[in-house]
Amino acid sequence: MVGNQPEKEHPVPAFGLAARDQSGVLSPFNFSRRATGEKDVKFKVIYCGICHSDLHMIKNEWGTSTYPLVPGHEIVGEVTEVGSQVEKFKVGDRVGVGCIVGSCRSCDNCSNSIENYCPKMILTYAGTYHDGTVTYGGYSDVMVCDEHFVVRVPDALPLDAAAPLLCAGITLYSPLRYYGLDKPGIHLGIVGLGGLGHVGVKFAKAMGAKVTVISTSPAKKQEAIERHGADSFLVSRDQEQMKAAMGTLDGIIDTVSAVHPIMPLIGLLKTHGKLVLVGAPEKPLELPVFPLLMGRKIVGGSCIGGMKETQEMLDFAAKHNITADIEVIPADYVNTAMQRLEKGDVKYRFVIDVAKTMQA
Amino acid sequence: MAKSPETEHPQKAFGWAARDSSGVLSPFNFSRRENGDEDVTIKIHFCGICHSDLHAIKNEWGFAHYPMVPGHEIVGIVMKSGKNVEKFREGDRVGVGVMVGSCMSCDYCNQDLENYCPKMIFTYNSVYHDGTANYGGYSDMIVVDQHFVVRIPDAMPFDAGAPLLCAGVTVYSPMKYYGMTEPGKHLGIVGLGGLGHVAVKIAKAFGLKVTVISHSPGKETEAVDRLGADGFLVSSDPLKIKAAFGSMDYIIDTVSSVHALTPLLALLKPNGKLITLGLPDKPLELPIFPLVLGRKLVGGSDIGGMKETQEMLDFCAKHNITADVEVIPMDQVNVAMARLAKSDVRYRFVIDVANSLSK
Repeated sequence: MVGNQPEKEHPVPAFGLAARDQSGVLSPFNFSRRATGEKDVKFKVIYCGICHSDLHMIKNEWGTSTYPLVPGHEIVGEVTEVGSQVEKFKVGDRVGVGCIVGSCRSCDNCSNSIENYCPKMILTYAGTYHDGTVTYGGYSDVMVCDEHFVVRVPDALPLDAAAPLLCAGITLYSPLRYYGLDKPGIHLGIVGLGGLGHVGVKFAKAMGAKVTVISTSPAKKQEAIERHGADSFLVSRDQEQMKAAMGTLDGIIDTVSAVHPIMPLIGLLKTHGKLVLVGAPEKPLELPVFPLLMGRKIVGGSCIGGMKETQEMLDFAAKHNITADIEVIPADYVNTAMQRLEKGDVKYRFVIDVAKTMQA
Repeated sequence: MAKSPETEHPQKAFGWAARDSSGVLSPFNFSRRENGDEDVTIKIHFCGICHSDLHAIKNEWGFAHYPMVPGHEIVGIVMKSGKNVEKFREGDRVGVGVMVGSCMSCDYCNQDLENYCPKMIFTYNSVYHDGTANYGGYSDMIVVDQHFVVRIPDAMPFDAGAPLLCAGVTVYSPMKYYGMTEPGKHLGIVGLGGLGHVAVKIAKAFGLKVTVISHSPGKETEAVDRLGADGFLVSSDPLKIKAAFGSMDYIIDTVSSVHALTPLLALLKPNGKLITLGLPDKPLELPIFPLVLGRKLVGGSDIGGMKETQEMLDFCAKHNITADVEVIPMDQVNVAMARLAKSDVRYRFVIDVANSLSK
C-alpha cells in the first residue's frame, strides 16, 4: 500500500498548517479527522497556543518528528458533536486539549491518573494513534479527541488567554503539587521568565509562595516584579547576588531548556531543598554530589500532568484569575511568530486566532 | 607557643594517625579533654574502617588537616560519665559515629537532624567547640558529649556492630526519608561494598525486593545466596541491564567513584528515585530527559541524626543485622587501606583496637 494520504485517510475534512520538512516552515495543509467515535468529542478549534516545543518539533530538533507535522497542543474550542457514550461533555461546551490524546488506560500510571507517564502515552501531534494513523495537532480547524483527554475550560477563563495553560500551565502546576512546593510561605525560585516561567510565577503566588525569579536578563526585573508579582529577582550571572542568596530557597522550578550550570542553583537551595527541571536540555548537566548529600537535596524532573490534574489546574486558575500573557496572531503570521519565539521575542505566549483566521 | 597534640589536653591518648596525603598511618601520641559534665569517656574496643577514612587520609576531598586520626565507626565501654549524664554509666556498651557535636539550637538540631546542622562537628578532621582538633576512633579512648553517643544493643556483637555507626545509618536514613519501606517494592543497590552489603540486609528486613547492581560478576553468589538479594545485574552487561529497564521503584547508589547515571535512571520506573550516597571527587553527568519524561529524581543523603542512629541500631538488633567484617590488628591498618582501595574486603575491616593497640 502506498503511504497514507492525509486528506483521504479519515472521513471528516480538516484544514491546518503543517511543517513539511526540517526547515520548519509552516504552510496550508488539507487533511482529515476520524469520525466521532462513541467516546469521542469533536470540537471547532477557536484558539491554539504556540508552545516552544512546537518550534523544537517542526525543526526535528529532538529527532522524533515525522512530516507533514501539524503542531499545537494548547488547544481550546467549542464542542460540535459528542459520541453516544460521552458523559462529560455536550455540544456548545468550552473545552481544551493539551499534550496527550491517548494512553494505555490500564497500567499503574493510567490507573493513578498520571497518563502522562504511561509508556504508551500518545502525543497530540507527531504521535501514532490506536488506529495506526498519525496524530495532527491544534494548528487546525477541528479536533476529534477521546473525552478522557478533553478538559473543560471554566467559564471564568477567557478562551484565548487560557489556551497556554493546557501545556505551560500544567507543566508548572504539576511539580508544584508533586514536590510539595505548594505550601503557603515557602520561598520558591523560578528560573527563566518565558512562557513557562511567567505562568509559574502566577501559580506560585496564588499558592502563597514568596517568589524569586532567576534570570540571565537584568532587563526582565521590572516585568517580573511589577507585572507578574514576583517578590524579588536574581540575575544568575551576577556572582555576588547569587552568593548572597545561597541557602534561601525551599524549591526551584527551572524552565530553561538550554544547557546551563545547575550547581549555583543547588547552592541557592536550603537544606532539604528541591530543584525541579521542566525544561529538558539535550546534553547532560554537571551534578555536583557533595551539596546534594550534605544538604539532603534533590534534583528531579516533571513533564506536563495527568488529565485529572490538568482539570484541577484549570479550575484553580479560574478561581485565582490566572491566565497567560498572550499576543494573539492571525494564522498567516505563524512563521514570523516562530522566528520571534526563537529569539525569545514574545510577552509571553503567541496564541493563534484559529477560528477567525485559519481557512482553507 | 601552641600546645602540641600530646599536651593540649589532660588525658593521655594513643592512636594511629596519617601525617600527610600519602595517607600512611603510624603511631601517634596525643591527648583527650577532661571528661566534662555532659561527656562520657569511652575505652575503644573496635573501630570500623570506612571508605571515607581512606578518602580523608589521602586528602582526596581537599580539606584534610594533619596529623589525622581517622575512624568514625567506634564501639567501646564507658569508663567515666559526667555528672549531668543520665543515659549512660560505667560499663555500658556504646558507640560513636560520624559526628561529635552540633549547635544544638537550630531547627535541624531541634528536629533530631544534627547531621544537617550547619555547625555539625565531624568525629575527626574537624575542630571542636573549644577550638581544638578532633581525633577519631583509631585510638584507645575518646571523650564524647552524651548526645552524640548511642547504646549498642546487648544482642549485637561489638565487632560486627561497629560499621553500622556509619554504613548502617547511611543506608537506613535515606530508606526512611525517601519512603523505601513499602514491602514488595523493588530496590536496586549499586555497589556491594561496606554500604551496599548492609543495605541489602536492611532492605530485606523492610520486606523489599532487592537487586544488586555491580561491576563484579563474581559477587553474584554472595549477593544472592549469602546476603539474600533477589537478583543481581552486572553493570557491564548491557543486554541484562536493558532487560531490567523500568523495573525498579528506587535505587541506592553507594559507588564513590565517578560513574554513569544514565543506565541507573533507565532502570527506574516512572516516578522512581535514585539516591546517591557515595562522594566522588568530581561532579557526575546528569542526563535531564529521563528525569523530565519519567518524573524521576536524584537525591542525596548524609548519615543520619542521633535519634535515627539509635533507632537503626535497635532495628538491626531486632532483625539480627550486622556487618560482615574482617577483624584486623592495628598494625595491619596500612595493608588494609591498600586492600580497601582495591575493594578487596568482605565487606568492612574492623580494627581490634583493645587487643592490638599498644605503644
